Amino acid sequence: MVDQQNIKNIVRDFVQKNFIFDTSTVVTDDESLLGTGVIDSTGVLELIGYLEDKFQLTFEDSELVSENFDSILKITAFLQKKLEK
Amino acid sequence: MCGIAGIVNISDRRESPTIELLQSMIGAIRYRGPDEYGLYRDNYAGLVHARLSIIDIQTGQQPMSNEDHTLWIVFNGEIFNFIELKAELQKLGHHFQTHSDTEIILHAFESWGVDCFSRFNGQWALALWNSQTHTLLLSRDRIGVRPLYICENNGKVIFGSEIKAIFADPSVTRAINPQGLDQTFTYWASIAPVTVFKGIEELPPASFRLYGPNGQKKEKLYWSPSYSEAPRSWEHTSSFPTLVDATKLLREKLEQATRLRMLRSDVPVGSYLSGGLDSSIIAQLGRQAKEGRFETFSIRFDDPEFDETKYQRMMAATLDSSHREIIVSRKDIAQVFPDVIRHTERPILRTAPAPLFLLSKAVREAGIKAVLTGEGADEMLAGYDIFREAKIRQFWSHQPISKVRPLLFDRIYPYLVRSPQRARGMAFEFWKKGFERAGSPGFSHGPRWQTTSSLKKFLSKDLLSSIEKNPSPSALDNLPAAFNQWDSLAQAQYLEITTLLSTYLISSQGDRMLMAHSVEGRFPFLDADVMEFCNRLPAEYKLAFLEEKRILKKVADGLIPESIIHRKKQPYRAPDAVSFLSQDGPEYIQELFSDRKLKTNGVLNPQAVRGLYDKCISKRDRVHESGLFSNTDNMAFIGILSTQLVVQQFIETPESSHETRIQFKTFIDCTQNSSPEH
Repeated sequence: MVDQQNIKNIVRDFVQKNFIFDTSTVVTDDESLLGTGVIDSTGVLELIGYLEDKFQLTFEDSELVSENFDSILKITAFLQKKLEK
Repeated sequence: MCGIAGIVNISDRRESPTIELLQSMIGAIRYRGPDEYGLYRDNYAGLVHARLSIIDIQTGQQPMSNEDHTLWIVFNGEIFNFIELKAELQKLGHHFQTHSDTEIILHAFESWGVDCFSRFNGQWALALWNSQTHTLLLSRDRIGVRPLYICENNGKVIFGSEIKAIFADPSVTRAINPQGLDQTFTYWASIAPVTVFKGIEELPPASFRLYGPNGQKKEKLYWSPSYSEAPRSWEHTSSFPTLVDATKLLREKLEQATRLRMLRSDVPVGSYLSGGLDSSIIAQLGRQAKEGRFETFSIRFDDPEFDETKYQRMMAATLDSSHREIIVSRKDIAQVFPDVIRHTERPILRTAPAPLFLLSKAVREAGIKAVLTGEGADEMLAGYDIFREAKIRQFWSHQPISKVRPLLFDRIYPYLVRSPQRARGMAFEFWKKGFERAGSPGFSHGPRWQTTSSLKKFLSKDLLSSIEKNPSPSALDNLPAAFNQWDSLAQAQYLEITTLLSTYLISSQGDRMLMAHSVEGRFPFLDADVMEFCNRLPAEYKLAFLEEKRILKKVADGLIPESIIHRKKQPYRAPDAVSFLSQDGPEYIQELFSDRKLKTNGVLNPQAVRGLYDKCISKRDRVHESGLFSNTDNMAFIGILSTQLVVQQFIETPESSHETRIQFKTFIDCTQNSSPEH
């Protein structure tokens, strides 16, 4: 069983440090990262690059859609699914 | 900082080098140490020294010996932790006559043998001659800040801080080494022990070489950049401090490294200011290390494309330093370029050393003998685009068919977004090369080496066939055993240090340009403790996916203006081919690119060179346009020009007579029939 909280912390930490910068601004777990402009289109690739390195995974182009990457919650769920495969 | 040279008989033949020859050798590199000269000679060896007095001006003369006069040293450089080592050696019963770091080396060697080198924190090239056992030991610092060349010639070992000192011996043959050019036109420079001259070796950084009586020879590396193993899984918890703690530790180490380089000097130490993050941090730490006047120096460019005046002045104002600027034009670069190559003693592919040659002149004219610079930060903390490029290429190589992955290049090269679709596609194709080797050593540097290798088409057919028969050693030969266990960033860093920092940046663009005007460079980022610490940092502290030098930006917080911390990194460059092509360009260009000249020396391919020359000349009316020449054409032009200058200055028409009227302040002649003089 993959530890969901641990994954979420890793994702949150990366988003916070690389896209929000200001530690006093907190993004909620279900806030849309693309919709609110926290992450732009190449930012998603940056995030995916990080996640691939960190979790030793590879994503298909077809998986790089907003349903999988739009919020910390969605990213965590998607990662969990991939890691459990 | 100094120059050293010497000749030792390893055949055990009693033959003392003449004083005239030793004078001529040190005379050839006298600018490395114009303050005073020293000579030691016995029946088998001769050592000479040119001194730039920085530490222990009264009693630090060389050659220096141990107490019983059996061990003699000539030394170029600084051992920054000499005071700490002295205390340690005193506890072991050693007594000291001087306050110099040179004497520490003698005693450290007596106590610890060759293990002493790993205890030194400094920058050095040295020769130790044991007149009893007839053993010569040569050694260089970890990164190779200080140069040392060797020629084994007819039972003799001839060595010198620069190749000129060796060539001062008329018995040494002067010829181009095809392997050296092969490496230059692959890696940007020859890699030690290879040089561009046949029979001349460069002692590799972080190594020592021992010559015993009757031709015994032993060489060993005492250090190599080494990194932590890559984490095996995402659940692996690092034992390393948090980023906040690591930032604090790095700052302390940089403070200490800078303090050592500011205070361990009996003359004032200034600082270079490029306008970037690295030199700004170092200058500020230097400023804080010592009260009083602080001198800073910057290069400004006529060409706005290369100029960083705004940030340099901002930093100088923050430091409240006495700031000097030189303005460098294309014409200046063209004018000094032959002198620059006389000092680099190798071909180069960029003109970037030329403005630094002019800057050290200004430093010296200001009465300063030593400067701090930010060199090394980009290699130790992942500042270069090549690291980011490699990261994206690796990411893309997971799914080579992906159409979206290469879009990440827009992140590091924003100009791509504005480029025509076709140009963008070409750029992506370029970075896609070598994907089949993803994960293997050299993947990070593949595109650079491949682009540079395309310049070999300008080499003559004879030279190319010689290279084919006898290829040069690859940068990927002899990698450390643990290389494959390191993460990909660490692998790329290792290659960047061994192929570019040691060979070009710290040499052609560093020591050689500084010492041309008798100025010593001091590099806190290349401090032994700082390097060890940086190499143990987790990759993401250095390159946070695509953000370079993340931890260093945190160190900079509060030290330097925010706009310098967050400005886009501007690589240090100077105008290349355009510097030489205007209507009133230097006369030597036509001569060096002439068919006659090219055919006589046989190093380059006259037809190919002529083609490039004509292409460049045809654009001469548009030299005001930026981006007129491609990166490859620029490198080719400068590479060809500097190769021709090397051939002309070192092989065809070598300086006929060096200054032979050197007056030795220290003169110790122990040859038979001579009584020692002190």
